[in-house]
Amino acid sequence: MAYTEQEVLAGLAEIVAEETGLPTDTITAEKSFVDDLDIDSLSIMTIVTHAEDKFDVTIPDDAAKDFNLVGDAVNFIVGAQA
Amino acid sequence: MTSLKPSEGPAYSRIYSFGARRGENVVTNDDIAGPINSSDEWIRQRTGIITRRRGTAEESVIDLAVDAAAQAIERAGIDPQEIGAVLMSTVTYFRQTPSAAAIVADRVGANPAAAWDISAACAGYTYGIAQADALVRAGTAKYVLVVGAEKMSDFIDPTDRSISFLLGDGAGAAIVGPSETPGISKTIWGSDGSRAEAIGQTHSWDALRENPELGWPTLRQDGPSVFKWAGFKMANYAIEAIEAAGLTPDDIDVFAPHQANMRIIDQMIKQINLPESVVVGRDIADTGNTSAASIPLAIDRLLEEGQAKSGDLCLQIGFGAGLVYAAQVVVLP
Repeated sequence: MAYTEQEVLAGLAEIVAEETGLPTDTITAEKSFVDDLDIDSLSIMTIVTHAEDKFDVTIPDDAAKDFNLVGDAVNFIVGAQA
Repeated sequence: MTSLKPSEGPAYSRIYSFGARRGENVVTNDDIAGPINSSDEWIRQRTGIITRRRGTAEESVIDLAVDAAAQAIERAGIDPQEIGAVLMSTVTYFRQTPSAAAIVADRVGANPAAAWDISAACAGYTYGIAQADALVRAGTAKYVLVVGAEKMSDFIDPTDRSISFLLGDGAGAAIVGPSETPGISKTIWGSDGSRAEAIGQTHSWDALRENPELGWPTLRQDGPSVFKWAGFKMANYAIEAIEAAGLTPDDIDVFAPHQANMRIIDQMIKQINLPESVVVGRDIADTGNTSAASIPLAIDRLLEEGQAKSGDLCLQIGFGAGLVYAAQVVVLP
């Protein structure tokens, strides 16, 4: 069963919160991983790996490196479920 | 019908001793931060490195290797003439041929031992232990000298933000020999050449010959990709190695991963689910990433500082350019 955009955002926010210690309600689609959430490229890869497991998708490294906003990752994961 | 007499060896092998040699110079983050527009704080947060050791202009990779090897031989209490094979893991020796290993063998008094170089980058030491274990148990060599030695500073670009600032120089050595009890578990190892470009030399020697303007090649890596591969996939192989040794993570006393980056080490600990009681090699903090030398340097330090002791079960895993990896559990000498 495919996850909805809202479910992916909620699940991703939990993963980001676990990695960073930030409250989940501060992790919204329009936030930038680097500029707003202060997450570096290594932590993004940790988040991506946990997201692959949680949503049962493959996120190529090159795609992950292009994630600027949290919403970019959500959109990729939603699309990758097909 | 006449049949060949096969080689015969002891049932088990073990590590008898370690030896260590670090580059003479201590290089701080402030010393190298300028050309990469960085800071001490950024390097510490990103890598866990506070200082790295680098060799002087007079110290060659062979000099480093010989010093570490001589210490390991002395500590093992063996006659170097009993060494049947010398395996030198390095990616920073300047000659395609002859091998560095043959020269090291001669300089430590092990001539005419069989000698060859291993090109397995940061997995070179654990590749060497796998081979040494097999050679001893096959009866092909009584003792094997395994050396991981690198002068990484000969291949750095001060303006490179991907890997150069991590790198240090040093050598670590181990003597492997016969044992009455199991001292080295089955090695879990492999490679993935489809990802050869993830870590390596900027350009090849023939490209340099064609176009001298390319300049001296240096090292580069795709840091985030390597972090993901090392922090997660390598943890799976480490778990396989623990299982192949008939153990569980709770049985491990010491964890000595390749000293690539403190954050990779921390991620691996989490993924393997090692208990907090496990002593962890964190030599990278002030030695830097010394590639093939990093694991024996880290273990030697833990033993010298009394954090690890003889008889401890040590999970060691090397991983790096190739991509290649090798993991095994060893009983510390």
